[in-house]
Amino acid sequence: MIDFEMPSPIAKQRVMLQTVAENMMRPVSRHMDEHEHEIPWDYINFMHGAMRATSAGSLAPQEKKREGPRLGYQILANMIETLSWGDAGLYLCTPGGGLGAAAVEATGTPEQKERFLKRFQEELPVLGCMAMTEPQAGSDTSSIRTTAVRDGDFWVLNGEKIFVTAGQKSLVETKGFVVVWATIDPSSGRAGMRPFVVEAGTPGVTVTKLEHKLGIRASDTASVVLQDCRIPFGNILGSAEVAKEKSTETGFKGAMATFDATRPLVSASAMGIARATVELVKELLAQQGITIRYHLPRQKLTHIEREVIDMEVMLRSAWLLVLKAVWMADQRLPNSSEASMSKVKAGDAVTKITQRAVELLGPVAYSRKLLLEKWFRDAKINDIFEGTGQINRLVVARRILGYSSRELR
Amino acid sequence: MYSFEPSEEQRMLIDAIHKFAAKDLREAAHEADESGAFSEALIGKGWELGVVQASIPENLGGFGEHSAVTGVLAGEELAWGDLAGAMHILAPGLLAFPVLAAGTDEQKQKILPPLLEGAYRAATAAWVEPFFDFDPSELRTTARKKGDAYILDGHKCFVPLADRAEHLLVFAAFDGRTQAFIVPRTTAGVTVLEREGNLGLRALPTFEVKFEGCPLPAAARLGGEAGFDPLLLLNVTRVALAGMAVGMSRAAFEYALAYAKDRVQFGVPIAQKQAVAFMLAEMATEIDATRMLVWEAAWTLDKGLEATHAAALAKTGADDMTMMVTDRAVQILGGHGYIREHPVELWMRNGRGFPMFTGLAMV
Repeated sequence: MIDFEMPSPIAKQRVMLQTVAENMMRPVSRHMDEHEHEIPWDYINFMHGAMRATSAGSLAPQEKKREGPRLGYQILANMIETLSWGDAGLYLCTPGGGLGAAAVEATGTPEQKERFLKRFQEELPVLGCMAMTEPQAGSDTSSIRTTAVRDGDFWVLNGEKIFVTAGQKSLVETKGFVVVWATIDPSSGRAGMRPFVVEAGTPGVTVTKLEHKLGIRASDTASVVLQDCRIPFGNILGSAEVAKEKSTETGFKGAMATFDATRPLVSASAMGIARATVELVKELLAQQGITIRYHLPRQKLTHIEREVIDMEVMLRSAWLLVLKAVWMADQRLPNSSEASMSKVKAGDAVTKITQRAVELLGPVAYSRKLLLEKWFRDAKINDIFEGTGQINRLVVARRILGYSSRELR
Repeated sequence: MYSFEPSEEQRMLIDAIHKFAAKDLREAAHEADESGAFSEALIGKGWELGVVQASIPENLGGFGEHSAVTGVLAGEELAWGDLAGAMHILAPGLLAFPVLAAGTDEQKQKILPPLLEGAYRAATAAWVEPFFDFDPSELRTTARKKGDAYILDGHKCFVPLADRAEHLLVFAAFDGRTQAFIVPRTTAGVTVLEREGNLGLRALPTFEVKFEGCPLPAAARLGGEAGFDPLLLLNVTRVALAGMAVGMSRAAFEYALAYAKDRVQFGVPIAQKQAVAFMLAEMATEIDATRMLVWEAAWTLDKGLEATHAAALAKTGADDMTMMVTDRAVQILGGHGYIREHPVELWMRNGRGFPMFTGLAMV
């Protein structure tokens, strides 16, 4: 049964979060953008309190057994879209585990989930993060060189990670953790990759650098160095068996499963920025007496009307792809193709929408008086992180063609 | 609740249509495009699938609840077979759906049962006019009141099956807005001109039709004295066309994909080259994205909500997506794509017409 009726839990949540976005995020957007490494404690503390009150806990959906259809990922996507409508950089400062918790949720044992995730529900706000990228390993995740060597009851990690979103907040500002992807067997490529939880305060893990970025400046992007960093043996995510078998792709597949789940959520964030942009463009045009005449044939539309309709086509279709991908996740249907499609489309849509919007509104949009130029800067990363648009096209292409990664490079 | 899966019943309908589309429509499509028509037998067989009939209530001669969502699912599948064939088979709906949506009770009782019960009977609608800036909402064909009757004057083009349809639903400007009139083909002043030659839809007989002082009784006006909201039917036709566009584009995409996996150059199938693989990935993504817009617009129509925004997005998206996909399909086949032996050039010719096809599909 095809249905586009917004479920009421989502509708209610959107209203609530729209208020948060308008009152807690937009008023500080410009300030946070211009004070790149300032920590937005007001927002963080507020969200922590709100999430504890609703026992939302972390950003990874933990669906309790209950009656009725599953909505966890759909709720998350809508939450992320609305918060990103507010401020995409601030959204990434939302306490809860982020990608780190998502990795624990996707690959951890019940004991690990308990041990690592309960900190998000305690008195103080806590953030989590994930560290995959290295200077020489971006899209080619299987060429990471960070090693994990077994030493009795411990693992010893050595390596350098870059572009860790919320690394500083997770390891220094709060008592969180970083999920580090390391290899237990450098010679075996993907098959040796495993996720390891490194908690804040562990000797040997250091945030060495904070990047200065084009956009999403409220979100810290850290380099994290591991130098003889010792963690308990039980901090390898997944069962101990995973540690024993050297030649298994379970670890890598675990990463990919995490990404399938989180990919549409990143798309959702992109769509929040896109929606903010389109709404503001229409509002500014309306102030000038320009409205869009949707019933007209293209030949009769002004150029501006055509631009706006094109933006709205991208906006709506990209959002519906996200919705479909997360709906499938909630139905426990495999959604790798849809997740990647949503990322291809969303990254492309938010980039084009924001770039066109600035062009369309000329000097007004180029000025820092409005947030439009900021959204243009915030938008770009969405076609890059969590799988570039090119990698996601590759994933989609392999699926539709039935090709392995060897057959289509 | 959100849900993005056709119902079981809809799935069965889609499967039945697909079999017909693959085995009958597709097989005959090339020859039909070359010769100018599908056989009456094939059209009759397509009619028996019951797509139009299933979307009209029993008491009016159909056998189902009206559903635009079901209509776009069916339209996608039939157009996947062949767009011209789909439009030919569904042509009775060009009259039936507007009458269902906006007709008076008398009009529904008079027009629908004979149209729906039994064998295929051609009907059609005349909306498009031969001007570059044709605007469905600002027509040059006019109707004016004369006593109790109306007089129709104007010139239409792209009228499917005008030479054989018993009735034409003619859209005309009345009192400053678009209205419609049920016109028997034999009405005085109606002249069906020679069959058109078009860029695409060559398997669908279409005609220019002149209306010169055609006298019409009051009962001919759709919706009677009150008329109807023209935006409603504009939205409906936009959604219907967008649904078919998705189907035809899907056909082009699948064909190009299969070709790319088969065609070896530089020692490997060209599908293993990123340039081609990425084209296909984008085609697939845009088709899926557009389909969602179509579904949402159709759902909005079924809910009786204001659908102008959703229909505009679906139609605009579909128009652009179809041109991109069909163009790329030709490109992927390279030189072979240019030759009429492969269907991709046909799909590209058909595909270019979607922005112009107002009124050639309804749900």
